[in-house]
Amino acid sequence: MKKVYIQSVGSISAQKTFDNSEFLDEISTYNDTVISAIDPVYKDYIPPAAARRMAKGIKMGVVASKLALEEAALENVDAIITGTGLGCVVDSEKFVSAIIDNKEEFLTPTSFIQSTHNTVGGQIALGLGCKGYNFTYVHASNSFESSVLDAKMQLELDEVSNILIGGVDELGVHTVKIHRLINHIKSTAVSLDNVLYSNTKGTVFSEGANFFVLGNTKKDNSYAELVAVDIFNTLAEGNLAEAVQQFLKDNNVSIEDIDVLVQGNNGDIEFDHYYNSLSTGLFSEIQQVYYKHLCGEFYTASSFGVWLASKIIKTQRVPSIVELNDVKASKIETVLLYNQYRGENHSFTLLRKC
Amino acid sequence: MGIISAIGNNVAENYSALIEGKKGISRVAKIDTVHRDAIMVGEIAASNQELIDELGLAPENNYCRTAMLGAIAAKQAVADANISAIKKYKTGLISATSVGGMDMTERFYYDYLEDKNLQKYIEGHHAGDSTQKIAEQLGIEQSLVTTISTACSSAANAIMFGARLIKSGKLDRVIVGGADCLSKFTINGFKTLMILSDTYNTPFDENRKGLNLGEAAAFLVLESNAVVKAENKKVLAYVKGYGNANDAFHQTASSENGDGATLAMEKALKVGGLLPKDIDYINAHGTATGNNDLSEGRAILRVFGENLPEFSSTKAYTGHTLAAAGAIEAVYAILALQNNIIYPNLNFKTQMKEFEITPQTELKEKELETVLSNSLGFGGNCSTLIFSKRA
Repeated sequence: MKKVYIQSVGSISAQKTFDNSEFLDEISTYNDTVISAIDPVYKDYIPPAAARRMAKGIKMGVVASKLALEEAALENVDAIITGTGLGCVVDSEKFVSAIIDNKEEFLTPTSFIQSTHNTVGGQIALGLGCKGYNFTYVHASNSFESSVLDAKMQLELDEVSNILIGGVDELGVHTVKIHRLINHIKSTAVSLDNVLYSNTKGTVFSEGANFFVLGNTKKDNSYAELVAVDIFNTLAEGNLAEAVQQFLKDNNVSIEDIDVLVQGNNGDIEFDHYYNSLSTGLFSEIQQVYYKHLCGEFYTASSFGVWLASKIIKTQRVPSIVELNDVKASKIETVLLYNQYRGENHSFTLLRKC
Repeated sequence: MGIISAIGNNVAENYSALIEGKKGISRVAKIDTVHRDAIMVGEIAASNQELIDELGLAPENNYCRTAMLGAIAAKQAVADANISAIKKYKTGLISATSVGGMDMTERFYYDYLEDKNLQKYIEGHHAGDSTQKIAEQLGIEQSLVTTISTACSSAANAIMFGARLIKSGKLDRVIVGGADCLSKFTINGFKTLMILSDTYNTPFDENRKGLNLGEAAAFLVLESNAVVKAENKKVLAYVKGYGNANDAFHQTASSENGDGATLAMEKALKVGGLLPKDIDYINAHGTATGNNDLSEGRAILRVFGENLPEFSSTKAYTGHTLAAAGAIEAVYAILALQNNIIYPNLNFKTQMKEFEITPQTELKEKELETVLSNSLGFGGNCSTLIFSKRA
């Protein structure tokens, strides 16, 4: 079986991450409950006429994928695999409200077409003229990890050599409104520094797109080896320690081998205990990192975690803004990521310096 | 295998409707739409309350119709495979949906803001929620569970991904399929695209007027050789080949010559180590839209040329069940293999002008070894599966 490498990254997020030459050099702070992605200059990548018709999710996905392709010095890829929790949710909202408001009359197809979950993946393929394998996973906080898993299997078996993968989700006004009602969004504003310490229910909602080229040949500028990914639909907190140990064992890695633990803590007092049980338990002596205070929470926010881990491994530097404890790794070779959302759809991802 | 569709609530009912030529297409009854008289649909008879009762759900449940249909079909599949201890082997679930919880979202969109009792459905909107519920109904815990949404090819892709998970050894057993319920969202969406027929859909007919939407769910249990051996299982069929390609032509329309569909069929044949002459029957996507049937027909001609076996579309029976279609038609393909039967392409009258190929219009008995099934969707997504009697 061939090894799989992260060859390049492309990120659009609530931080200025679209410039690959930087690494969280300046932090965009906030005091809010919902934060938007920082737009790159879209017209540098997409003709303005086309961009006007595109949903933000499509624009973010297309540009993040272009950034990743550019960095990998590739014109095209063999396959495109996208993860998204809600797809182009703004268009879904537009079409549903138009159906109700206009009593099923005077509707136009654009928002219906864009609301289809695989629109971003389809548009990227259309833009590249990529006729290869094209899948879209839509499984909440494991949407992106499903893409990783799929790509990894194909590359290991050498069925193809380069796959573009990514996670993308956009904010929608109505979606935000109704998620406030059920306390999935924090009821009071919180600042970036205090996301984990608000002691309140819900999270800071956001959006973004993080794309990667995965390949099965190591390059001089590869970011990291993608060693393993495992996903779980459910995982009781009591079984978490055992599950992570089994995952590490399956990959011949011990807890002591982990240099940095990257966790998806989002400050939701109802669910952060999953993360806390690892940080105060098995991994208490390991350097810990968090990131959702930077990128906010959305179904594919964990793709930002992989972006962060990739950058940490490549630059061999942990920006102080993401440090969660005082432990400093003596070397950064093996990085473990753990994510879940609202106690469901857990994932472990293992990256290694290459 | 498990299935619930407009032509039956289980595998046996679906099969008898198929061989009796019994359509499940009618005027829509359960959705209050202004388009009622302008469209026809493949609707499942059971009401939501009947589905709730069948599943024994608590009154405070927040299941959308997609989740309930999916759970019913998936439970049938698990029972059909004689699985009593689901945790005995590493078992996953790959489901497909495009509608997800949209039926509740479109009903309560504004009511959510006023009525606290309805807010339980907010969490059920996203596509993955229906899959989580199906997994719960099956007792699948702490396992690999995910959802695929690639429009009308979704369930074919779920089967493909499941087959690859078994092949790679990630899972010993995987339940694969898809579910989609009817919704105002899809009725109005396809209406704006002007591809809904006002009468019975007529696949591959010169005068075809568009598709009938349908609702359905179907699931299949895939098991590794090791499980089959250890449990001394009877194998219904083998997933012999699979291929996915993108047309990269247009967001909703297929290319004139069916490039994507051609690539998908070629890939599937290659994976299966088969030649076009080895395929005994093609269950076509055949939605009865002007664009699909022309593009797919041309692709079939490109791949099969002189070796074209009988082909037919079963959409005239069930309507186009969107993300579920690939699983529905996988069940039909396997039933065809088991019974050595080719289903008629109902409602066909007039030969298409653009090419000479004609679908099978009568029920036909034929010794079948392999059946090829196409699923083509928005976003240029093209998938082909090949099922066979022998490994």
